[in-house]
Amino acid sequence: MTIAPTVPPGQSERTDGARSGRLGALLRLRELPVTLALIALVVITTIANPLFLSPQGMKDLLLNATIVMILAVGQALVIITRNVDLSVGSILGLVAFGTGTLFANVPGIPIVVVFVVGMLLGAFLGAINGILVTVAKVPALVITLGTLYIYRGINNSWAGGTQYFAGDRPEAFGSLSVDTVFGFPLITLIAVVVIAIVAIYLNGVRAGRDLYAIGSDPDAALLFGIPVSRRVLLAFLFNGVLAGLAGVLYASRFNSVGATTGTGLELSVVAAAVVGGVAISGGSGSVVGAAIGALLLTTITSALTAVRVDKFWQQAIVGMLILSAVIIDRIASVRTARKLRISEARDV
Amino acid sequence: MEFIRNHGRKGIAARRLVSVAAVAATVALLATGCASGSSSTSTGTDGAAAGDLSITFIPKQLNNPYTDVVLGGGKKGATEAGFGATQVVGPLEASASSQVSFINAETQAGTKVIVIAANDPDAVGPALTEARAGGAKIVAFDSDTNPKYRDVFISQVVAKDVALIQTKLISDQIGGSGEIAILSATANATNQNGWIKFMEEELASNPAYKDIKLVAKVYGDDDDTKSFQEAQGLLQAHPNLKGIISPTTVGIAATARYLSTSEYKGKVALTGLGLPNEMRPFVKDGTVTAFALWDPAQLGYVAAFAGKALVDGTITGKEGDKFTAGALGEKTVGADGLVVVGPPTTFTKDNIDEYDF
Repeated sequence: MTIAPTVPPGQSERTDGARSGRLGALLRLRELPVTLALIALVVITTIANPLFLSPQGMKDLLLNATIVMILAVGQALVIITRNVDLSVGSILGLVAFGTGTLFANVPGIPIVVVFVVGMLLGAFLGAINGILVTVAKVPALVITLGTLYIYRGINNSWAGGTQYFAGDRPEAFGSLSVDTVFGFPLITLIAVVVIAIVAIYLNGVRAGRDLYAIGSDPDAALLFGIPVSRRVLLAFLFNGVLAGLAGVLYASRFNSVGATTGTGLELSVVAAAVVGGVAISGGSGSVVGAAIGALLLTTITSALTAVRVDKFWQQAIVGMLILSAVIIDRIASVRTARKLRISEARDV
Repeated sequence: MEFIRNHGRKGIAARRLVSVAAVAATVALLATGCASGSSSTSTGTDGAAAGDLSITFIPKQLNNPYTDVVLGGGKKGATEAGFGATQVVGPLEASASSQVSFINAETQAGTKVIVIAANDPDAVGPALTEARAGGAKIVAFDSDTNPKYRDVFISQVVAKDVALIQTKLISDQIGGSGEIAILSATANATNQNGWIKFMEEELASNPAYKDIKLVAKVYGDDDDTKSFQEAQGLLQAHPNLKGIISPTTVGIAATARYLSTSEYKGKVALTGLGLPNEMRPFVKDGTVTAFALWDPAQLGYVAAFAGKALVDGTITGKEGDKFTAGALGEKTVGADGLVVVGPPTTFTKDNIDEYDF
């Protein structure tokens, strides 16, 4: 997995002097705390229960994380622009049910076509979010809370009591989330490719860097000549595409899709992004961090079960992780601000 | 400066226009979404009001796959019992008060028997009292009303039977000895906890089960994803696990999906309560050999015969009354007007194709 440096633009020039160096740069990585937490968790759990890292255990871990990982990556894109998309669970539900419907009603439809249709539907729903947020100038929290219910309502009236089961879908589609290549499930490999593409876009492409500028200071970004509305709209649209992809993969992985598929998923997704070092106030974080955050949260669920810790503690532990992520973030930003002040004072 | 201000104003106007368009689009989207579901509020009229003996079924909600099977059995039973007119009316949404207007309409139409699955035991009370004053007989099925508002209640199964059939199935499948676990719905689900209590008592008291050890109870919250992960966790935490009982349709399907896609397929037994349509692929591929559920069609079928017996005066709803429910034979009214349909049905690969629900 590539680890992308995520120093926000404008702060990169301060890495001069004696303190720079590989170790310093590594310690400043936002992904570091979550990665260390993940490694510690896996090591401790494996010592307690060796079955945890058996081939089957590994496969289960990765499969569980895949869908939330993709959603967290999309969510990170949106959060970096100082927005949030709460409707991803509903988008996933609509696309998952759409996938079930397609397979049930169009016999012999190629799997690739289903993926394309699912991602287009996701793009459409994401674009509606994006248009409403950029045009209405109302906080994304409120807009996407609205579309969360609208999309879910449409799903309810469309699906009614109908559910589609794994048996209604072709075997090859279901085996996407069963077959492995060198121990890695196929859908996890799809997710890794997607994460890599988005990471390169965010770090190497100007439009991607613009997202950080927008999240750091939307007004300054506008003055700087960045097409803020267009970029934000695009971020929502991409997030929709990824939620659509996750919806299709959900239908491949799980048994039934219906009116309630994906309900409540949005909060786990935002939690994964925040735990992975994506600042909720926008402007910093990386998609790789968000993906590792998702992996960490789903691994905790499995780990607690594997070492037979009482299930009811799980949510409290996730909550503590979110709080520590936010506190670490706050300490880091206070330290950065102090350093900047000192260096500015020296420059004068 | 002037130019900038003008420009700004124009921008605002344009933006306003676009936002109106966006809102309109959303509303349109909503409206079309809703329209597809709300077209029908009344379905199925088998024969006009020609026969003087009329029966009306009011399910919790229309368009529910489980309800459709119950009503299918109800219509069959009504025809066999000799009703001239069978009707199904009901709300699209299973809310407390949504059934009242349908009951009122039946009272005015002079329907002889109203068969109802109550969304709320008391909300339908006044309307049902009025219907009875008008001479209608009230049969509750599937979900009871407050006993004072109906003549009899047709119940699926006895709670203890549900528990016993599951312990028997798992014992048969693991050869009578080994570790088993239970994957239930929510930790406070009344139904499931009742069954689990009976299962634990049975495992402890029945000598045939003395070698079976219940090692864990976990809760998947009737959520596909969560049940799935709980199943994984069970197998990791208990390497010697030989079987899983999941007394909930969501849990058993999610567990079956996990087992069928893992190395545990065929090695770890699974049984519980499931819907045949959902479980069919797992029974066919050998993941599951047998599971149980009551047959929902029988519920409607018996309800129709109970309605006929009430109209004929064969029964009044008091304890000990007996009536014949067509092909299902004689049924006895228990305490509080309770009629139990019968033992749960066991589904295996030999009979699963005969059921469609």
